[in-house]
Amino acid sequence: MIYYLKYNINEICKQLVHEQLKDSGLKYNLLNTNELDVLEVVSDESLDKLNIILSDAGIQIVVTQKIALVQKIKEAITELVSMEDKLILSKTSYHLAKTLNYSYRYLAGIFSEVTYTTIENYIILQKIEKAKEMIASGEYTFTDIAWKLNYSSVAHFSMQFKNTTGLTPSLFKRIINQKRNVALTQANL
Amino acid sequence: MKNETVHILLADDDKDDRNDFIEAFESLKIITKVHTVKNGIELMTYLTDQSVKLPHLLFLDLNMPKKSGLECLIEIKQINRLKNLTIVIYSTSSSEKDMEDTFIHGANVYIKKPAHLTMLKKTLLHVLTINWQYHTSGLNRDNFLLHL
Repeated sequence: MIYYLKYNINEICKQLVHEQLKDSGLKYNLLNTNELDVLEVVSDESLDKLNIILSDAGIQIVVTQKIALVQKIKEAITELVSMEDKLILSKTSYHLAKTLNYSYRYLAGIFSEVTYTTIENYIILQKIEKAKEMIASGEYTFTDIAWKLNYSSVAHFSMQFKNTTGLTPSLFKRIINQKRNVALTQANL
Repeated sequence: MKNETVHILLADDDKDDRNDFIEAFESLKIITKVHTVKNGIELMTYLTDQSVKLPHLLFLDLNMPKKSGLECLIEIKQINRLKNLTIVIYSTSSSEKDMEDTFIHGANVYIKKPAHLTMLKKTLLHVLTINWQYHTSGLNRDNFLLHL
């Protein structure tokens, strides 16, 4: 008598991944069968080891190139913004293309596809984050900040800050200071 | 972001409001899973249950009977396991004082709930996208204040 087996491939694959990774001590979540969300920093070396463990079961780790590239773009933007160099900030597209060795059009396309936002918006967000840090530190005037982040005027900086956060820089400053006081009072209770 | 489900917890005593939010979330290109609670007391019971998986975002109605959104917010910020939750407060009023009070007590986003569903969808998409940037780009959450 021959019996036929019906397989639930997704379930089998999941079980297999769990089985293979059981002894690795790795903290991870397995999403939708084929996304391995690793909850710790993995060095290239450990990634190779994981690949070897999984390859025994016919499984291979793929870091999608697009996602890896977006990560590189983001890192490059953070780097460019942190340099506070007016010349670089005025030509971010040129510098991104040069740093990453791809055309800006290509980078912009991949970025929007993966993040649902544009490189331009991301740069604005990063600049405003940098501005928030500077405001919160209490060491800079709004004029200093506008100048360092290559805004043509304080008014232009204030407008972009308001458009991005919904708050004026002065209201942001007041709220951050009061928030700190509340947190301090609570910590002392 | 494409395949990851964003877990959302919504606290609102008004059934129509809850339905608006659920409908708006369902229409977005970002995949969400929404759990709702009907008031502040139910919210705190849910959040302090250790077996519950914490949401990525908590949407909190400011005006609820028995325990208001602000009271919940203050309580949440005093509980270690919960104090890093991203909290979106919304209200039908556009009181500047309400907005400042919620930010000072640790809310990240303050929304005046739009009257139209189309606007609500747009607002929610914006909040989810910005929150995602904080999530993936290592931005400083202490400075995460957004007023829409």
